[in-house]
Amino acid sequence: MANLINTEQHIEQDPWHWVDDEQAIDEFAIISLERWQAQQTELKGQALEHKLGVHLRSDQTADQLGEDAHLLALISIDFPKFTDGRGYTTARLLRQTYGYQGELQASGDVLIDQLFYMKRCGFNRFALREDQDIQDALDAFATFSVTYQSDVSDPRPLFRRR
Amino acid sequence: MYVYDQYDQQLLNERVAQFRGQMARYLDGKIPEEEFLPLRLQNGIYVQRYAPMLRVAIPYGLFNAQQMRTLASIARDYDKGYAHFSTRQNVQFNWPALEQCPDILERLAAVQMHAVQTSGNCIRNTTTDEFAGVTADEVVDPRPYCEIIRQWSTFHPEFAYLPRKFKIAVNAVPDADRAAVQVHDIGIQIVRNEQGDIGYRVMVGGGLGRTPIIGTEIRSFLAEEDLLTYLQAIIRIYNQFGRRDNKYKARIKILVKALGPERMAELVEEEWQRIKDGEDKLTTAELDRVKAHFTAPAYRTLEANPASYQQALADDAAFARWVQRNVREHKQPGYAIVNLSLKQKGNAPGDVTAEQMDAIADLAEEFSLGEIRSTHQQNLVLADVEQQRLYELWQQAKANGLATPTLGLLTDMICCPGGDFCALANAKSIPVAEAIQVRFDDLDYLHDLGEIDLNISGCMNACGHHHVGNIGVLGVDKKGEEFYQISLGGSSGNDASLGKILGPSFARDAMPDVIAKILDCYVANRIDGESFLETYRRAGHTVFKEAVYGKPD
Repeated sequence: MANLINTEQHIEQDPWHWVDDEQAIDEFAIISLERWQAQQTELKGQALEHKLGVHLRSDQTADQLGEDAHLLALISIDFPKFTDGRGYTTARLLRQTYGYQGELQASGDVLIDQLFYMKRCGFNRFALREDQDIQDALDAFATFSVTYQSDVSDPRPLFRRR
Repeated sequence: MYVYDQYDQQLLNERVAQFRGQMARYLDGKIPEEEFLPLRLQNGIYVQRYAPMLRVAIPYGLFNAQQMRTLASIARDYDKGYAHFSTRQNVQFNWPALEQCPDILERLAAVQMHAVQTSGNCIRNTTTDEFAGVTADEVVDPRPYCEIIRQWSTFHPEFAYLPRKFKIAVNAVPDADRAAVQVHDIGIQIVRNEQGDIGYRVMVGGGLGRTPIIGTEIRSFLAEEDLLTYLQAIIRIYNQFGRRDNKYKARIKILVKALGPERMAELVEEEWQRIKDGEDKLTTAELDRVKAHFTAPAYRTLEANPASYQQALADDAAFARWVQRNVREHKQPGYAIVNLSLKQKGNAPGDVTAEQMDAIADLAEEFSLGEIRSTHQQNLVLADVEQQRLYELWQQAKANGLATPTLGLLTDMICCPGGDFCALANAKSIPVAEAIQVRFDDLDYLHDLGEIDLNISGCMNACGHHHVGNIGVLGVDKKGEEFYQISLGGSSGNDASLGKILGPSFARDAMPDVIAKILDCYVANRIDGESFLETYRRAGHTVFKEAVYGKPD
C-alpha cells in the first residue's frame, strides 16, 4: 500500500494486506465480513493475537459486526465512491456504540478533502487513492481547530466546552 | 439575533481558508471536476446555464442591516447589481466568477455570513416562521432551536455525504404554518405538553420534488433537551439505509415510504436509545445561552393604534390598502410587522437591486431595530416597526418599489429562477410570472379575489413549490417546446395538501387566459367570502376542470 497514512505520517512499511475468500489466511490478513462470520471459531485465536482484520463493504453496517469488533485488531471500511457517506456512520458506531479501540482504516476512494471528517468519525488509518498527494493529505488534518459537534476524538460537543 | 463568539468566527474563517485552498488546487488541475463538485456545492456554488450561482445562507431568514449592505456590495462588485431571495430564505447571486468566490466568502465571513451547506447532499439551511419572536400566537420563539440545529448541522462529520439533500423546518405556531414543516425531510412542530413543558412533535419524510409527500409524525412529544440526539438518530438511519442507487429515489421520504412510518419510527427509537443520554443531550446552560440571543428588544411603552396612525389610515386609501395587506399584528402594543414586497410588476419575484438592498438596510435601521427577515414567499420583513411611524415607512418603501400592496394575493407569487438561469429547468418561469403580473394588475380585483398562493416551478424539482400552491404551475418540456401544467388545491399551511393536476399543459402565451378562467370559476362559485382554496375544496376539481377545458361531450 503505497499511499497509506495515519493522522501524523506516511506509513511506509505495513504488514496488513487483503486476502480473498479463496486464499489462505496468513498473519495480518484482512478478510471479508462473510468469511469472518463463517469461520469465526477457528479464527478467534489469530484474532486474539491481534493479527486479523475485517473489511466492511459500504452496505455492511457496524451492527452486522457488532460486539465482534472487540476481537479484531483492524477494521477496514470501504468507500466505493467518495460521495458514499455510509462509512462515516459505520466508523462512529464502531467507536462509540461498540467501543472499538483497534485500527480503523478508510479504504477505497479515499481523498484529501474528506480526511478531516473521517478522522473525526474515528478513522486513524487512511489508504489514500494512489493519485493523492501525501503532504496535502497530512495537512488536511489541521483544516479546522474548532468543531461544533461531539466526535470520536472528543465526545463533548462545543456547547460543553465553550 | 445570534452574534458569533470567537469559536463561531474562527470556524468560519477556517472554512474560507479551506475553500480557498480547494479552489487553488482545482484551478491547478489537482482536483478533477467531479471531485470538486460536492466541495463547491457545500460552499453554495452551482454552475448554472450561463455562469456560476452563489447561494448565501440566511440562517432561518434572520439578518441585519450591516449584512444587507455587504450583500449589496457583493451584488455591485461581483455581480450585475442585483440579487435574488429564494424560497429557502436564502439569497442568490447569479453572475459571480468562479475563481472570485473565495473572496466573496471572505467578505461575507467578515459580517458573520456564509454559504455553508446551501447546496449538496448534506443538511441545508434550517427554516422557520418569518414572524418568529413577534407573533402573539407562537408557543415559544423557534429561533434559538434553529440556531442550535444550525451549529449542530454545520460541518457535521458524519452527515456531509448523505444520499441526498436534507431539509429541516421548525414551526412554533399551533394553528398556522408559515414554515411548511409538513413538506420537509424533518418537520419540527414546537409544542407544550399537558405539564406545560416545551418539546417537539417530529414529522419525517415530507417533501416536494418528483414525489411530493406530506410528512408523517414519528414522535408526538420529544423533550426539549433531546432535540439533537433525536435528529442524530433519524439522520443516522437515513445515512445507512437511504437509497444511493438512484438520485430520484434517494430522499428520506422514499425510505420512510419503503419501510413504513412505524418501522422507521422503531429504527429511530432503537438508535436514539443508544445515544439519548450521551454528551449531545442539550444542557440548560446551552439552551439558556442561545435563547439569550433572542430575547425581546427594549420595546417602548406605546399606545396601540395611536390617533396619528388612525388619521393616516382614514386620509390615505392607498396607505390603508397597504396596511391591510402587507402589515401584520405584532405581539407588542403600538408595534407592527411590515412585509416589504419583492413582487412589484416587471420585477422577477424575489429579485432586488443593490440600491434597493441599501435602501432596505437604511429602513431597517431607521424603523426596525436594524434587523431584517427573508421569507419563503420571497419577500422581506421589518418585524418591529412602531405603528406611529408606519406612514413614514410606507412612503419610503413605496419610493423604493418595495410597497406593492399584494401580500398573499394572486400576484405575490413564489417563482423559481427557471430556464432563464437554471441548468435543470425544463421551461422559463419568470416570463410566466411577469405575464400574470401584467394581466392582473388591477388592485381592486386582486383584493376582491383575496388570498391565493400561485407557485411556479420551471421543472419537477419543484423549487417554486408548485405542488403546494393553491394554483401550481409546472414548466414541462414537450418535444423541445416549453409548456406549463396547472395543478389546483395545494396548500403548505397547517392544512397542508398537494395540488391535483388539472389537465393537459398549455403554451406560455395561453397562461394568462387560463389563469383568468380559473379565477372566473372561483368568483362564480364562491359563497360568503370563501377563499379560493375553500371554494376549490367545496366545489371540487371537476368544476374548475370544465371551466378551463369545457364540458366533455
